[in-house]
Amino acid sequence: MSRARWVARELGPILAGIAGLLVVWAVAAAIVGSSSLPSPLAVWRAFLDGLGDGTILEAVAKTLIRLAFSFAVAIAVGTAIGMGLALNEFARRSLRPLIVALQIAPPIAWLPLAVIWFNFSERAVVFVAFVGAFPSVTLGTLAAFRQVPPLLRRAGMTLGAQGWQLYRSVIFPAALPGYVAGLQQAWGFAWKSLMAGELIVTGVRATGLGHLLAENQSQADVPALLAAVAVIVALGTAVDYLVFNQLDRRIRARRGLLAEG
Amino acid sequence: MSTARDLVDLADARGRAGAKLAVRDLVKTRTSTSGHTLTAVDHVSFEVRAGEFVSLLGPSGCGKTTILNILAGLDAPTSGRALVDGRPIQGPGPDRAVLFQEPALFPWLSVLANVEFALRFVDVPQADRRGRAMKWLENVRLDHLAHAHPHELSAGQRQRVALARALACDPDVLLADEPFGALDAQARELLQNELQRVWVESDGTKTFLFVTHNVREAALLSDRVIVMTRAPGRLLEEQRIGAPRPRDLDDVLVQRVVSEIHASLMKEVDEDVSREMGR
Repeated sequence: MSRARWVARELGPILAGIAGLLVVWAVAAAIVGSSSLPSPLAVWRAFLDGLGDGTILEAVAKTLIRLAFSFAVAIAVGTAIGMGLALNEFARRSLRPLIVALQIAPPIAWLPLAVIWFNFSERAVVFVAFVGAFPSVTLGTLAAFRQVPPLLRRAGMTLGAQGWQLYRSVIFPAALPGYVAGLQQAWGFAWKSLMAGELIVTGVRATGLGHLLAENQSQADVPALLAAVAVIVALGTAVDYLVFNQLDRRIRARRGLLAEG
Repeated sequence: MSTARDLVDLADARGRAGAKLAVRDLVKTRTSTSGHTLTAVDHVSFEVRAGEFVSLLGPSGCGKTTILNILAGLDAPTSGRALVDGRPIQGPGPDRAVLFQEPALFPWLSVLANVEFALRFVDVPQADRRGRAMKWLENVRLDHLAHAHPHELSAGQRQRVALARALACDPDVLLADEPFGALDAQARELLQNELQRVWVESDGTKTFLFVTHNVREAALLSDRVIVMTRAPGRLLEEQRIGAPRPRDLDDVLVQRVVSEIHASLMKEVDEDVSREMGR
C-alpha cells in the first residue's frame, strides 16, 4: 500500500469526524446567535490572536514544564514502589489495595489539601498532577513484572544470568510492554489533574493552559476560552498518539504482538 | 572460579562416582492446593556417564520433568541427592544447558541476538560472540534468518534456534525436556536428526539427558533408555541400544527395543487398570 493511501485510510475518518463536528457547531452557533456560543471561525481568530501575542505558546510551554516535572517524579516514585511490590509479597498485599484506592479517587480531591500544604503555589499544582499519575505508574509496573513469563526467567537462569544481570537482560525487557501501557495511562491522569490544578490554583506567576481557561472565563471571552480548550484537547491527543501509541506499536511490532492489518 | 584444590577434588569425585550426572534416592513431594502431599518422584537413583546419550522415558506426570528440573538446578529435591561431576547441584548454570518444551526465545531479540545471549554470561570476549553465534546458526541451518525476530519463524525453526542457543556456550551437559513434543512430524524428524548429529560430532564430550514420552524417539536417539513408572515416578527398567549411528526408525535393533519398551509400558498400564478394576 502506498504511503498516500495509508495516510488517507488512517487519517480520513478522523478528519471526517472533525469536519462533521465543525459543521454541527457552525450551524448551532448560527441558530443560537449568542456570544456565549461563538462560531468556529471566531474561535479560530481568537486562537490566531493568542498565537500572535504569545499567550498560547507561553501557556503551553509553562504547562509542559510542569507536566514534565510532575510526570518524571511520578515515574521515578511509581516505578520504585511498583518494583518493590513486585518483589515483596507482604508489601504487595498490604499496599496494593491502598494504591488502587488512590488510583480510583479523583486526583482533584487532593487539591484543597495541596493548597493548605503548599498555598496557591507551583508546588500545589505539581503535587496534584503527581498524585494523579503515580498510582498508575505503580500498578502498571507491578502488573508488568508479575506478567513476565516464568519460562523466560528460567531460560535466562539456565543460560547463566543471575541477580542483577537476570533483571537487566531478561526481566526488564520482558516487562517493557506492560510498563509502557502503565505510563500511557499515567500520562492521561497527569494531564487531566494538571489542567484541573491549574484551573483552580490561580495567582501563580507562570500562566499555564489551565490558567488561560480561568482567565478567559473571568473576562467572559468565550472565543479565547474555546481556543484554549481546543489547544488542551489537541496537545493531550498529540502526546498520547505520537509518543505513547507509537512507542507501544514499535515495541509490539518487534515482538510480533500486533494484530495483522 | 575453580582453584587447584577444587580441581583435585573434582578429579577425585569423578574417579569415585564415575558419572557426569547422578541422582541418588531422589524424592520430590509437593503439597497440593487442598493440602495433600503428592509424591512426584519416589526414590529414584540413576547415573549418566560423561558423553552418554540417555533418555528418560515415561508416561505423562511420572516425574521425569521434575528430575530434569532438579538436575538443571531450577528445582530442589525433597530428599536424596542430585549431583553433577559428583558435586551437589547448587543452582542453574551454563555448564548444563536446558532445552525446554517450548523454545523460550526472547521475543525482543533477533535470532542472532538470542544465540549471542548464551555467550554473555560465560567467558567469551564480546568481539567473538557474533561469530560464534553465527556458526551455531549455520549448524542448525538458520543463518539466513539471523536478523529475523522469533515471531517470524515457524515452530520448528524456533526450536532449532533454541538448540543453537543451548549449545552455543559449549555446555558439558544438555538437558532436554520433550523439546519436540509440540512439533509436526517433519519438523520433529529434522530436529531429531539435528540433535543426533550434534551429539555424534561432539565425539564423547557432551552428555545428553533427554526427557520424552515418545518410545520411538527415545530408542532412536539414545545409548540407554531409562523407563519410569506412572506417578509416583519410580524406575521400571533400563534398555541399552547398541545400534550404530546415524540411526533411523527402520533399523531392526531400534524397532526391537521400541517393541520391548512398549510391551513393558503396556504391562504397567494393564496392571494399573486391573488394580483399579479389582477394587
